[in-house]
Amino acid sequence: MKFKFLSHTADVKFRAYSDTLEGAFSNSVLAVSKFLFDGKIKEEKKFSVKISGRDFESLLYNFIEEILFLIDSKNFVPSKVANLKIDKKKFSLSATFLGGPAQDYKIESHIKAVTYNEMFVKKIKNKWVLQVVLDI
Amino acid sequence: MKKYENIIPMENGMNVPGVVYASKELFDLVKDDKTIEQVKNVARLPGIVGKSIALPDCHRGYGFPIGGVAAFDLKKGVVSPGGVGYDINCGVLLLKTNLTKKDLEKKEEKLADAIHKKIPSGLGRGSPFQITYPELDRILEGGSKYLVEKGYGVKEDYLLCEEEGCMKGANAKLVSERAKKRGIGQLGTIGAGNHFLDVLSVEEIFDKKTAEVYGLKKNQIVILIHCGSRGLGHQVASDYIKKMEEEYGTESLPDRELVCAPVNSKLGKEYLSAMAAAANFAFANKQIITFWLREVFKSFFPNSKIEFLYEVCHNIAKIEEYIVDGKKAKVCVHRKGATRAYGKERKEVPKKYRHVGQPVLIPGSMGTASYVMVGTKKSEEIAFGSSVHGAGRKMSRTSAIKSIKGRDTKNKLLSKKILIRSSSERLISEESPEVYKDIDEVVKIVDELGISKKVAKLIPMMVIIG
Repeated sequence: MKFKFLSHTADVKFRAYSDTLEGAFSNSVLAVSKFLFDGKIKEEKKFSVKISGRDFESLLYNFIEEILFLIDSKNFVPSKVANLKIDKKKFSLSATFLGGPAQDYKIESHIKAVTYNEMFVKKIKNKWVLQVVLDI
Repeated sequence: MKKYENIIPMENGMNVPGVVYASKELFDLVKDDKTIEQVKNVARLPGIVGKSIALPDCHRGYGFPIGGVAAFDLKKGVVSPGGVGYDINCGVLLLKTNLTKKDLEKKEEKLADAIHKKIPSGLGRGSPFQITYPELDRILEGGSKYLVEKGYGVKEDYLLCEEEGCMKGANAKLVSERAKKRGIGQLGTIGAGNHFLDVLSVEEIFDKKTAEVYGLKKNQIVILIHCGSRGLGHQVASDYIKKMEEEYGTESLPDRELVCAPVNSKLGKEYLSAMAAAANFAFANKQIITFWLREVFKSFFPNSKIEFLYEVCHNIAKIEEYIVDGKKAKVCVHRKGATRAYGKERKEVPKKYRHVGQPVLIPGSMGTASYVMVGTKKSEEIAFGSSVHGAGRKMSRTSAIKSIKGRDTKNKLLSKKILIRSSSERLISEESPEVYKDIDEVVKIVDELGISKKVAKLIPMMVIIG
């Protein structure tokens, strides 16, 4: 399983899983993409980004916030992320978001913000698991 | 215990007790969903005064509960962006018209289409209201008042708005470039989630005298708009959450989302100035929507007149004066999914309404009633001048998508003669009436509790969502 949506009264909560930290971060993009649009998004646009944080949670927070920034400012809807490299010591990453123009898709909903509420990034029995609550 | 007052006693780390104002039924809905834990967590923040309050529509939020009110001492207390929420000054505007239900007959479908076409909602539809960055800065500091001066409305519009459409202390320089980039193309847009534009009719008047002061009559057509500061406000919240974490850390907090700064610190003051700018963006957003709505209505009804009844903020922090522990004191009140509900004579209430109390606007869900209430002294005494902001959710979006089909909801609404326009069937299921608490019950409790009193009941005719 790459990701799973969980119940949260106000908002949307998901968990993403992978053998690697990079994989779990990548799968979080798939969860965000699936929430916005349930179908194939053509990879016509790409945005390369560099992001840093103070720990894994803030790195994840800033990573997802970057997607929301691209949605609002570039009218971009993400499909996935490529070339994701995480520096675990410096809590920084570089990546390329792939996706298409939002107006080409019937977007199901919008995301206001990523929150720190119940957020975690941890390794459980050799598997990386992260959890995010989005403000809708 | 007083009726509807569920006290959460002090325990480890709490500086004040908590209180959940709710009937047994409403309290049972939230007692196991982390709402109580969140009320307790807010009570643990430094300098909180009175009680950590949750109102009858409360439910689990992120950090602070939704439907939560908390006031902080100006010297020892804090301000928390999470206590305001990401959608700064998400709020409700009620417009009244000189039309009646009869005037709309046989034009409903076309009118709903025209409104949906004119006012952008959802994602991917930018705004036709294009402005430059210097113009955006003037809006951030001048709010809807500035737009009215530019010809997008009349003076009565902003005079009948909380803060008179322009929150003081706003500083556009304290809003990041990133926030401005997110918001510049979004003025005049509704957004998605629980935001909406509804056309309703006045079904019932409970308080004749106040309804007359507010200008409400039976069968009158009114319009209710719920939206906020869009991407700009979300980014301001996020920016200051990070800055506060950097400066003050979160190690001592029970939840990272509660990050805060002392109200009187440089960063605390800067947040309040940036928040005021985002609040002004939200006022301006609704002003542009109103400007377009007036155009749409004129094209159908050349003699139509659309006037502001009132606009209220749901997500905001403000410095306000109350009697705290028997003494007059200024405090920093956080309302997270709550409406200010001042009674008579407060100078913050527009002159026109000051002798009865401010209008308190309480939207229901898409298929149910909405209410106009009037603020009271009681709300100032027990809830820092606050009342509920709606019915409050009880079911998550994830469960809604699994158990409710958007198409079924659409048909149910149609059978009640309510038209719905949305570009997303999934959003209709996420926002179906079943996912919300019973608004009639919530309003009944609010009325009995006395934190606002019923004035009029509104019934939806058209619902436009993202």
